[in-house]
Amino acid sequence: MTKQQANWSPYDNNGGSCVAIAGADYCVIAADTRMSTGYNILTRDYSKICKLADKCVMASSGFQADVRALQKVLAARHLIYQHQHNKQMSCPAMGQLLSNTLYYKRFFPYYSFNVLGGLDNEGKGCVFTYDAVGSYERVGYSSQGSGSTLIMPFLDNQLKSPSPLLLPAQDAVTPLSESEAIDLVKTCFASATERDIYTGDKLEIVILNADGIRREYMELRKD
Amino acid sequence: MNLVDSTQVNSTLLSSETASSERTLYPYVTGTSVIGIKYKDGILMAADMGASYGSTLRYKSVERLKPVGKHSLLGASGEISDFQEILRYLDELILYDNMWDDGNSLGPKEVHNYLTRVMYNRRNKFNPLWNSLILGGIKNGQKYLGMVSMIGVHFEDNHVATGFGNHLARPILRDEWNENLSFEDGVKLLEKCMRVLLYRDRSAVNKIQIAKITEEGFTTYPPYALKTFWNFSAFENPTVGAEGSW
Amino acid sequence: MSKVAVDVPPKGGFSFDLCRRNAMLSEKGLRPSSFLKTGTTIVGLIFQDGVILGADTRATEGPIVADKNCEKIHYMAPNIYCCGAGTAADTEAVTDMVSSQLQLHRYHTSRESRVVTALTLLKSHLFSYQGHVQAALVLGGVDVTGPHLHTIYPHGSTDTLPFATMGSGSLAAMSVFESKYREGLTRDEGINLVTEAICAGIFNDLGSGSNVDVCVITKGHKDYLRNHQSPNPRTYVSSKGYSFPKKTEVLVTKITPLKEVVEVTEGGDAMEE
Repeated sequence: MTKQQANWSPYDNNGGSCVAIAGADYCVIAADTRMSTGYNILTRDYSKICKLADKCVMASSGFQADVRALQKVLAARHLIYQHQHNKQMSCPAMGQLLSNTLYYKRFFPYYSFNVLGGLDNEGKGCVFTYDAVGSYERVGYSSQGSGSTLIMPFLDNQLKSPSPLLLPAQDAVTPLSESEAIDLVKTCFASATERDIYTGDKLEIVILNADGIRREYMELRKD
Repeated sequence: MNLVDSTQVNSTLLSSETASSERTLYPYVTGTSVIGIKYKDGILMAADMGASYGSTLRYKSVERLKPVGKHSLLGASGEISDFQEILRYLDELILYDNMWDDGNSLGPKEVHNYLTRVMYNRRNKFNPLWNSLILGGIKNGQKYLGMVSMIGVHFEDNHVATGFGNHLARPILRDEWNENLSFEDGVKLLEKCMRVLLYRDRSAVNKIQIAKITEEGFTTYPPYALKTFWNFSAFENPTVGAEGSW
Repeated sequence: MSKVAVDVPPKGGFSFDLCRRNAMLSEKGLRPSSFLKTGTTIVGLIFQDGVILGADTRATEGPIVADKNCEKIHYMAPNIYCCGAGTAADTEAVTDMVSSQLQLHRYHTSRESRVVTALTLLKSHLFSYQGHVQAALVLGGVDVTGPHLHTIYPHGSTDTLPFATMGSGSLAAMSVFESKYREGLTRDEGINLVTEAICAGIFNDLGSGSNVDVCVITKGHKDYLRNHQSPNPRTYVSSKGYSFPKKTEVLVTKITPLKEVVEVTEGGDAMEE
């Protein structure tokens, strides 16, 4: 018999883009809801955003099965944390946990590209951005996934944050108001959808602030 | 000297790669697409009954739609032996669940989640179960339809399809599916998809089976053949259309 | 080596000068750069008085949309058009080459071009390049012998069909044709079916997108309906708009004016060197 499949691969790329923006008293995390493989759309309505703790939300693109496994590991670790400490994990703590979890699989990585957004202990917005093996950094805004090459330069232009080398350390949060940040995110995705084939269908926006957590949706191009 | 060395390297490579390990590097006997949709009263699925050995149509009466527990229906494409292994896992799962005898039973959501973990776990061991699975069901009035791939990618939708069905059936389903499809309309829609697959998927055969699961339980219908049409005038003598060429 | 072989002027066609160098380099482990593949949906069908061709308008470079509104239905002759999928440069070059040969043939014979002529020229060219000219075509037209529709694969094989699809969206489009096509469609039914097939490609295949182009060819007449449908408008425009104020900072400005006088020095010594 002839071999039909040339080579089995344990990875796939299911596409999608994620954005997070931190403000003085809010954080906006957004991702599209398209899940694809190759040139095929698997589903138009898959949420890439996962609530990890009361004030901590992760948006991930890449290989969906790995992303789901990662979310499950974090959920389990967070449950143990709650039993041990009788409180929710803070966003910076979850940031470190995510990094460690990713690096734990350094030689068979989770093929997932994450941004973590939330509020820190002072109620200030915070965003952490990662690579697939756990290198991470706290920033004021970030973008990951298939459309990140289109979105990131636009964010840089609009919200260029102070250099992390400046002393004394400057605040990384963006100067925008919450509604301006949401507007910016919508524009980012509408534009990325025009030019990135893996981004589209619907935009899911999660907004965290002192009042709690809120979700918004916006339609994107479906082609 | 060099030659001897390289053969030794080769033989150790071979023994570690294939002889001492057993895993599916490529499938042997495979089934093609399965389609599943939600309809008014539950879930409908369709699959043909062919199983191919490479490009040979080897078996013509293979059932690829099976009930799981009281509330779920499983459809599979890909390696048939792996599918049968999965059915054994599920039998055990359902049996152990029954042994609690607590009046509780696993619903489609739980079974789907179980399958997802099994598939992903096997891909982590580089020993995949070579299937795409569709799991549908209804429990407590809640309809559920999802799929899992060979490497653990999974999702829920109102209609799902595996393999070629993703290319040929889902465009039709996206256009024509709606939540309140009656049983008759649902079957018509599935037949429409299966006919396109029959025309365009070389490993499809004209012997299809339809199964449904509702609150009342699982029903599978006897296999039957679809009506086909081959009488376009351009098909009758194709050379007439390009006379003067070759 | 004889001198004649070196001095023969090039006769046109492709240059294969670098093939041996490339073979040598790839033997040494150099990976050749992969070609840009363009996702596409193109279709065609025969209706009661002629042929209808259709295409989407997205051109891609990998995951990026390079052109949101390109034209994929190419002119071959006044009564023949051809949809192209594959490498954009190849489909354009091959249709232009054949189109010019057909024009010359018409000058020579003073007769309308036939679809088989275009078909034969295309397939001979493609076959001679063994699939390296990556053009997958849907050729349609109406000539003295009636309406014709053909598909041509990159290796040069051809098909004569009542309905045809090509490109990465061909399966999505074919699912529409296989479930809805019948013989003797009217013009409006035909246009609608072609549009529906292209839309299936646009919405279900990531390689295809944006708008629907349609070309209706009947005896002695053609209608090129550019952007017959535009089903994908932008979904969000910010009410306040955006400015891009942070320009690159100017550190130093120095203007060197052009010299207005050209000095000519006498003597040919400079040339001797």
